[in-house]
Amino acid sequence: MALNSKRRTASAFAGVAVASLALAACSSGSSDPTSSAGGDTDTKDYSKWCDLKSELQGKTVSIYTSIVAPEDAQQKESYKPFEECTGVTIKYEGDKDFEKNLPARAQTGNLPDVAYLPQPGLLKTMVDTGKAQPAAKSVADMVDKNFGADWKKYGTVDDTFYAAPLGANVKSYVWYSPKKFTEKGYAVPKTWDELMTLTAKIAADDAAAKPWCAGFGSGTATGWPGTDWIEDLLLRVADKDTYDKWVEHKIPFNDPKVLEALGKAGAILKDPKFSNGGYGAPNSIATVTFQDGGQPILTGKCYMHRQASFYGTMWPKDTNVAEDGDVWAFYLPSTNDTKPVLGGGEFVATFRDAPEVKAFATYLASADWANAKAKATPTGGWLSANKGLDPANLVSKLDQQSAKILTDPNAIFRFDGSDLMPSSVGAGSFWTEMTNWVNGQDDKTTLDNIEKSWPTS
Amino acid sequence: MSPSLFIAATETTGDKFLTLFIGVAVFAAVFLGILILASLFKGRTGERVQALAFVGPTILFIALALVYPAILTVRRAFYSGKFFDLNFGTPRTRGKFVGTENFEKLWTTPGLTEVFRNTALWVILVPLLATGLGLLYAILIDRAKGEALSKALIFLPMAISMVGATLIWKFVYNWNGALEADGSPVEQVGLVNAIVTKLGMDPINFLGEAPLNTFALIVIMIWIQAGFAMTVLSAAIKAIPDEILEAARMDGVGGLKMFRFITLPSIRSSVIVVLTTIGIGTLKAFDIVQASSGGKLRDSVLANEFYTRSFVTQEPGLGAAIAIVIFVLVMPIIIFNIIQMRKDA
Repeated sequence: MALNSKRRTASAFAGVAVASLALAACSSGSSDPTSSAGGDTDTKDYSKWCDLKSELQGKTVSIYTSIVAPEDAQQKESYKPFEECTGVTIKYEGDKDFEKNLPARAQTGNLPDVAYLPQPGLLKTMVDTGKAQPAAKSVADMVDKNFGADWKKYGTVDDTFYAAPLGANVKSYVWYSPKKFTEKGYAVPKTWDELMTLTAKIAADDAAAKPWCAGFGSGTATGWPGTDWIEDLLLRVADKDTYDKWVEHKIPFNDPKVLEALGKAGAILKDPKFSNGGYGAPNSIATVTFQDGGQPILTGKCYMHRQASFYGTMWPKDTNVAEDGDVWAFYLPSTNDTKPVLGGGEFVATFRDAPEVKAFATYLASADWANAKAKATPTGGWLSANKGLDPANLVSKLDQQSAKILTDPNAIFRFDGSDLMPSSVGAGSFWTEMTNWVNGQDDKTTLDNIEKSWPTS
Repeated sequence: MSPSLFIAATETTGDKFLTLFIGVAVFAAVFLGILILASLFKGRTGERVQALAFVGPTILFIALALVYPAILTVRRAFYSGKFFDLNFGTPRTRGKFVGTENFEKLWTTPGLTEVFRNTALWVILVPLLATGLGLLYAILIDRAKGEALSKALIFLPMAISMVGATLIWKFVYNWNGALEADGSPVEQVGLVNAIVTKLGMDPINFLGEAPLNTFALIVIMIWIQAGFAMTVLSAAIKAIPDEILEAARMDGVGGLKMFRFITLPSIRSSVIVVLTTIGIGTLKAFDIVQASSGGKLRDSVLANEFYTRSFVTQEPGLGAAIAIVIFVLVMPIIIFNIIQMRKDA
């Protein structure tokens, strides 16, 4: 019996030991938040990364992104100039579920050195983990030199600059068929009124087609193309300050201006005379995938499709994407003299305080990288708001036009609002409610429901 | 043992195999050790030590991997914050005690009431229909010609993953628009809609329109689970002693009466096990909804909503509250199951 009780004690000890080990493993994730975030910024100059070879040689920088094969090859290619002259190895990892996994990896202490965040909202979450590193001075200097102040603002959280902009895309585009427009004698509309007049004219002229087509389907992200519609139109019915306030929830989500914007979107998308070309009734928009959304333009069943510049890569291989070709895109007209541009892009967040990471981040913000990436992208469909990017290096004509729009001094660039909102709205209720909206839910209920879902804390 | 040690060790495929091998070896060594230690004790005490040696590790692992996280989840449901670990992150985003706020959100969040309705439909329809169809099929093919082949055909869907099954059915249900602008019907690629349009009817947007899409997804689950029900029930039917069947026949019982008074009472316990197993599986099923639309088309269920709230929209408090609701809903089924098993034992 004595032996028995001894064994019990021993096993109890073992149990406690294992339990405390598990607890320790759990608590190791919650490291001291004061150690990172804020604090003193590294002021060392990394902009001459090639001169730092002696210091950087043999080091490794791990990078984690949502860009997977085959596009990742172009990314890796664009790092070569840096790798060759510094001796640093870049370890690339692409993951389709990047956006979900990155916050999870922060909580398990398995973060990469560098990550490309496609949404400023995600940057905020990563800053909230306490693991994101403020940008080094040389990265900030590089961004000041190459990017507009708007772009820098989107990489800033609570007045601390964290992440330099990387790629960009223009969302305020309407895809159309130049051939068809010429054939019918239509001109590209320059104002919102002209756009609506043209819409009505097409509906009256061509009984076998509809003026607009759209698709909100995108698997678990279904509904996001709808958010772009509201955002683009809010920038047109209200000014940029209203837009900023709306994104930051300083005015309610269901503000009368937003209701007006949604009404304008509904006048196109929810009118059975105007959409959904090639697919039938407007409620088909909810299930048609965004990739398929604009394809009826090629068969003549649809005339116009509002979608971002990256839609240029979604046409079949032999499609001639040109100003006088099968498809091309025009700027979604404004309602007044301003030229608002809705867009998106990625930001470079860093999670390790090391010279090789800072040097690499500096390189990514430089004109050298932007031009290397443009040259490494022979198929087009990529651009950056980097002022040092030589448009001649961009292969596709559309990318050149987008670069021109982005760098136009009259353009008012605003980032895709749903990417800036808290994820319970920007990746949750906003998507779901826009899907419900296109399925028949009225404007007011839609906006009221999203307003209700805005997190209180 | 810091986490980084594990990560460093799993960088290449070779290292992964090495880690795997070490893991298996350690497991075998621990198990062998327990056996040897247990064999050292003899008599009554020895039996107790042996019992402890075998049950102890199981209890320990259940406590660590099941009970401890369950307690954490219950605690999490009463806190706000962006991350699952309450102490993780910056002071601004740490979890604060909010009482029952997360549970109130179950009713006030737009769309969640629909999720409850959909889940109810799933839990009622899937076990009943899957078991019913499985039972009917088992009886029809019992001792019929080509029984093995017929069984295999119905059982096959069980071998396909839920995601795979959903992808197959997405093709079956596919809907590519109703009518062209000029009124002519669109040529349908989906199997069902191709048949429907050939019969002169309008194509149906199975996965797009609520609540129709919930029923369309339920059909997928039934398609998967009917095979399981059929297999278990068929075995139970075969286990009915021939004497009973013969006696019944001599008393002039046949057809429906035979089923009602002989077959069904004899396989009652199996039917209950099948019903409850499928019921629990249905409450937890999230793969089908996730693989079809992610619950974005008013077709979400609790398990899918738990995942979305916890990991996508960063509302772990609400996610934990949903997890507790699922747990509470599963409990009666499990308790009922245990009571039945005790009765039969």
